[in-house]
Amino acid sequence: MTLSVVYALVFYAAVIIFAVGVGRKIYIYAQTPAPLKIPTAPAPLTRTGVVWRILKEITIFESLFKSNKWIWIFGWLFHFGLLLVLLRHLRYFTEPVWFWVDLIQPFGKYASLAMIAGLGGLWARRFLVDRVRYISSLSDHLMLVLLLAIAISGAAMTFFVNVDIVGLKSFVMGMMYFDFQALPSSVILLIHLAMVMLLLVVFPVSKLLHAPGLFFAPTRNQVDDARKKRHTQGWSAK
Amino acid sequence: MADFETPALREYPVIPVIVEGAMAHSSPYVAKPEHQEGVGFPGELVENWQEVAIKKLGELVDGSRALRVFLDTCVKCGACTDKCHYYLGTQDPLNMPVARQDLLRAVYRRYFTFAGKYFPKLVGAVDLTKEVLDQWYSYFHQCSQCRRCSVFCPYGIDTAEISMAAREILDVVGVGQKYCNEIITKLHKIGNNLGLPEKALANTLEGLEEDIKDDTGFDVRVPLDVKGADVLLITPSADFFAEPHIDGLIGYAKVFHQAGISWTVSSYASEAANFSMFIGSSDNLKKVAMRIRQAALELGVKRIVVGECGHAWRVAYSFWNTLIGPFDFLDKDFPVPQHIVEVTHDLLQRGAIKLDKEANDHRRITFHDSCNVARASNMGNIPGGQFILPRELLKASANNFFDMAPETIHQNTFCCGGGGGLLTDDLMELRVKGALPRMEALHQVVSEHDVNTMVAICAICKTQFAKVMPYYDLPMSMITSLHEVLGDALIMGGND
Repeated sequence: MTLSVVYALVFYAAVIIFAVGVGRKIYIYAQTPAPLKIPTAPAPLTRTGVVWRILKEITIFESLFKSNKWIWIFGWLFHFGLLLVLLRHLRYFTEPVWFWVDLIQPFGKYASLAMIAGLGGLWARRFLVDRVRYISSLSDHLMLVLLLAIAISGAAMTFFVNVDIVGLKSFVMGMMYFDFQALPSSVILLIHLAMVMLLLVVFPVSKLLHAPGLFFAPTRNQVDDARKKRHTQGWSAK
Repeated sequence: MADFETPALREYPVIPVIVEGAMAHSSPYVAKPEHQEGVGFPGELVENWQEVAIKKLGELVDGSRALRVFLDTCVKCGACTDKCHYYLGTQDPLNMPVARQDLLRAVYRRYFTFAGKYFPKLVGAVDLTKEVLDQWYSYFHQCSQCRRCSVFCPYGIDTAEISMAAREILDVVGVGQKYCNEIITKLHKIGNNLGLPEKALANTLEGLEEDIKDDTGFDVRVPLDVKGADVLLITPSADFFAEPHIDGLIGYAKVFHQAGISWTVSSYASEAANFSMFIGSSDNLKKVAMRIRQAALELGVKRIVVGECGHAWRVAYSFWNTLIGPFDFLDKDFPVPQHIVEVTHDLLQRGAIKLDKEANDHRRITFHDSCNVARASNMGNIPGGQFILPRELLKASANNFFDMAPETIHQNTFCCGGGGGLLTDDLMELRVKGALPRMEALHQVVSEHDVNTMVAICAICKTQFAKVMPYYDLPMSMITSLHEVLGDALIMGGND
């Protein structure tokens, strides 16, 4: 039970660090001025066009697709797998489980394999492609190791090792309502959760900031209307 | 010729392997104290340069959302690694966009991020040493700020923004680049990059009028400082004297003449180029642009039209309204500013000018999209207008037009190799090697379609190609102004 309480408390801390850290970064991005119009052309001429442009970037990774099909397929497999897996995990946080979460459950299970395949491909590139090897620092490798550890331990619990799911859910629900319950005693589950907490903590101080960052890139989110509408911000407003 | 080898053309462009340090020796001349002071920077490396540089970096990050987000969000995916013409031409890994960015990012991380402060080795953060500063000077002057990498980056990271910031820091600590800073100093003093004073300009333009008269028999004017003219033409000063630029200027003059538009050049603002963008200096950027607003006000014009110049069109199209707007004193029926290609295109559509395609039957033409036009501007206020309008003009002026391979044109276009303030003889090796991808694409249309003319709408592109084409066994006369081709097809007379 002590371990369960420790896990719960560390989890709170990790979530707070994540939320405050990322929230702070988003605030900083939002209040940093963009003095000039610098959309990468050809850029949308309307606000609606910009929404469409960013939507394509976050769903089908349009620029990456144009750029490199290998990175695109691995990156997309990983991110789409991650999305399904995250949605599937909502079942541990909701009672009754939302119907659409039930609906994606079968896909969500196999999505972890897509994650592993994608991460494996991306990691292989860091060794096999001389250019990517050159630009990779230790943290780039470790980030992939961390994500792989999470994905593999998660997939193992789905496909090989039986974990007391009911017990896990009561632990999670207990955390949400400050009514601590025991965590099922499973080493692999403890590893999985510890890795997830670590990921939450490093998120705001790492390259994982690419997730919120994409929305703030002036090259992607600005409307191409410099002649029609006078834009001033920061030094250009003085 | 210089002591380096021109890269061999490859039949099927493959991604070259990295050769570490291949261009480590490449560095442009450092600005002399008088050039530094002319643009408001210290004359030589300041004593506490490290402190000054880090403080400046902090200020730049605080003042630019782009810079801040770009430094934070790169995941090192590698998508950009084979997109830079300088990497493709030199194989130096530090010419891969991500690696170039990392030169600055490593220092940003060390001094401004949690991970870099406490775990520098882990995230590749480094202290700002003299070696790092020297490396910045070398490799941030191997970026032409062409934005090709930003097209392909999944997060829209634009290395141009990072190289502009790095050059600004270098300027602030006292190590500016001679070529750019000398030119901007002249621009502040005299009004153009060449340092061409009013009298010389007037003589040149008069001579030009005589040439056109001899050539066409028509009294085509190239007016200077005419108060009350409708149009103020702001064009790169290379148009006043360099080949093939000057033939483009003749083309504009013929179009204005034929359409009956009254226009003028200004001796006070006799330059479209604004190299301040290349060095990332907002103060200089604004100061240079302000001359144009003042000239427009003093001459009492109704419209401002910009000649064939890539980065100048970026500054004009994207920045002028911000820097020197609002333009409420100009005619609201026309966009401000307007590109000469937009003006000519509009006249052609309205039937105000007529073209005879046969006049260009000796030409087999291709078009080089200049990077700043392609990836940092628009024309005609239609999606992709910057690709459509110039091509429509060429196709209306000539029977033989052939585009280069799709992966090398439009937004994928390759830089000429001399943009971004690198058009200087002390960077000749870089310029020749950086031109490789464009030269390969050109060679392809030469062999497939007997192309003998490459048209560009950028003064830097024109100068650069004229210089590097011979290295690739192509005649320098291939590079041509768009308005030369159009001017040759223009049917003169009948409008008096």
